[in-house]
Amino acid sequence: MSDDKEITPPETPETEDASPEQAAAPETEEKQPLSDEEKAAKIAEAKAKAAAKKKAAEDAEPKDPWEEKPVPPVHEDAADDADAEALNSLMPGVVLAADRYAGDVTLTVPSDRIIEVCEFLKNDRAFTFLVDLTAIDWPEREEGRFDVIYWMHRFDDSKRLRLRAVVADGEPIASVVQIWKTANWMEREVFDLFGIIFEGHPGLERILTWEGFNGHPLRKDFPLEGIDTGAAIYPDVYPPGGGPPPEEAEESEGDAP
Amino acid sequence: MNGPDQSLFDVEEMEINFGPQHPATHGVLRVKMKLDGEKIMEAKPIIGYLHRGTEKLFETMDFPQCIPHTDRMDYVAAATNNQGFCVTMEKLLGVTIPPRAAYIRMILAELQRLASHLVWLATHAVDIGAITPFFYTFRERDAILDLFEEYCGARLTLNTMKIGGVPFELPDGWLDRCSELVDGFNAHIDEYESLLTENRIWKKRTIGIGVVSAEEAIEWGLTGPPLRGSGVKWDIRKVFPYDRYDEIDFEIPIGKNGDTYDRYRVRIEEMRQSVRILRQCLDRLPDGPEMARVPKVLRTKEPGMVYGSVEAPKGELGYFIVATEKGTAPYRCRVRPPSFINLQALPAMVEGHLVADLVAIIGTLDIVLGEIDR
Repeated sequence: MSDDKEITPPETPETEDASPEQAAAPETEEKQPLSDEEKAAKIAEAKAKAAAKKKAAEDAEPKDPWEEKPVPPVHEDAADDADAEALNSLMPGVVLAADRYAGDVTLTVPSDRIIEVCEFLKNDRAFTFLVDLTAIDWPEREEGRFDVIYWMHRFDDSKRLRLRAVVADGEPIASVVQIWKTANWMEREVFDLFGIIFEGHPGLERILTWEGFNGHPLRKDFPLEGIDTGAAIYPDVYPPGGGPPPEEAEESEGDAP
Repeated sequence: MNGPDQSLFDVEEMEINFGPQHPATHGVLRVKMKLDGEKIMEAKPIIGYLHRGTEKLFETMDFPQCIPHTDRMDYVAAATNNQGFCVTMEKLLGVTIPPRAAYIRMILAELQRLASHLVWLATHAVDIGAITPFFYTFRERDAILDLFEEYCGARLTLNTMKIGGVPFELPDGWLDRCSELVDGFNAHIDEYESLLTENRIWKKRTIGIGVVSAEEAIEWGLTGPPLRGSGVKWDIRKVFPYDRYDEIDFEIPIGKNGDTYDRYRVRIEEMRQSVRILRQCLDRLPDGPEMARVPKVLRTKEPGMVYGSVEAPKGELGYFIVATEKGTAPYRCRVRPPSFINLQALPAMVEGHLVADLVAIIGTLDIVLGEIDR
């Protein structure tokens, strides 16, 4: 809304009159009288109009929120959060950063202390329900490539808390399956799609892709179109360029699987 | 006389596969089982046959382009998927949607919940051996899909919500037709119940099958009817109200024993509550625009991560979106699929039961493989 208002009124007349006047000056003399004062007056008029419009908009009743420009959330410091304080008082220095964004608190904790942090949060702070566990890949980042995200819920006051642990490529992180059973498949999924190793997981194997699949699809450097997994698994059968072996390709023409 | 040769019956363990191509698995689910006779000693679900890399695709698409792809996850409840994504994006962008849009969304979402529960009831009953309810439930489901078709042109993959509202105004007469369906719906639910609720075979096959206690349900991260069936009163619509659910009066039905029968009762009661929500939405539908004023190109302002969730028919459907500075596409979009996490409890639930009960338990978890594999 406010966007179009700002763009249209005062600037346009100014920019318009500068260029056409110079271009048209030599051939059409009649247009000359319409210049300076009148134009200045016109500009002043337009400016006044815009100002009046702006004032009217300000004086008018407040608009409904859905008529306004969206107001994105902002990051706030969440060191005052009760759970962050509890964590910090018991294990000083464990909360590396506390951030509140869109109403949710994210605590960054060191990845080597994830077990004690999670145990404390579950047993002493009643976060009995692990809603989600996932990861984010930041290939260029220096302090570690992956964020492992834990998202937990407390039933007493319906509070949710997010933990973030940074791990480097190839560096393992402790599994939280012993704390929340539900983390089992979530960790398998993160292992499958990101290649993060969860130490102490009861059966860390691929879950969405097949065993023997080459690569971890949700890593940013994994190509969107996929990789030639046939050649990776059966290098002696499949040609390196991809597709089925040449003699089979002729036979199987037309009958798609 | 000597007894039968003991060694003949002393079969130690047999390993068999259930699925992936089997009608009772509701998709392409494979369950590797170790059996002792007909008793399941161990079951291991193997998934991934329908993996399409949706989360990877999300990273390459503008925010609005993601919405049609959400349809294809839980394909029997597309509207709730759209709603989840839109609610999360609105949280990320700070958009407030107009009340009319919120009410239309709730109408669509509750119709979708009815449709999804009808599919669940039909397939669950067929799995257990009662084929009749199928014909009744699909009759009403078709009426609901007709309403969807009239509204947005599609019956299953609806793509019926936009970030900031809903794409269309309701067509003329749609509300009357919807109203007619809603008014008659409780009678239909009675009809299904008359076929099953007091049916002796149904009770025998469902009572005491797949029991999950409240603590176990929380341990396993179950959400939706499997959690409520165990007696935990928890519903995202009440706990973290989205759209305008805080203005609506409805109950959260819960079970007591956490068995298949209780989950059946919970879902049946949920349908009645959906009818109640629909009635209120139709009566109170406010006037006004159906879209908020959002920019043509949706751009996030600064890096950040948000999680938004809705109560899908299967449980808590969450979207976790990571935004970059001035980004038009999600840097990472994680879907928390309720079926995926509910299915995880399957091995614990079937242990010690008969193979036939496995089918009942898969049915009661109400899984959709499109959502599990993504």
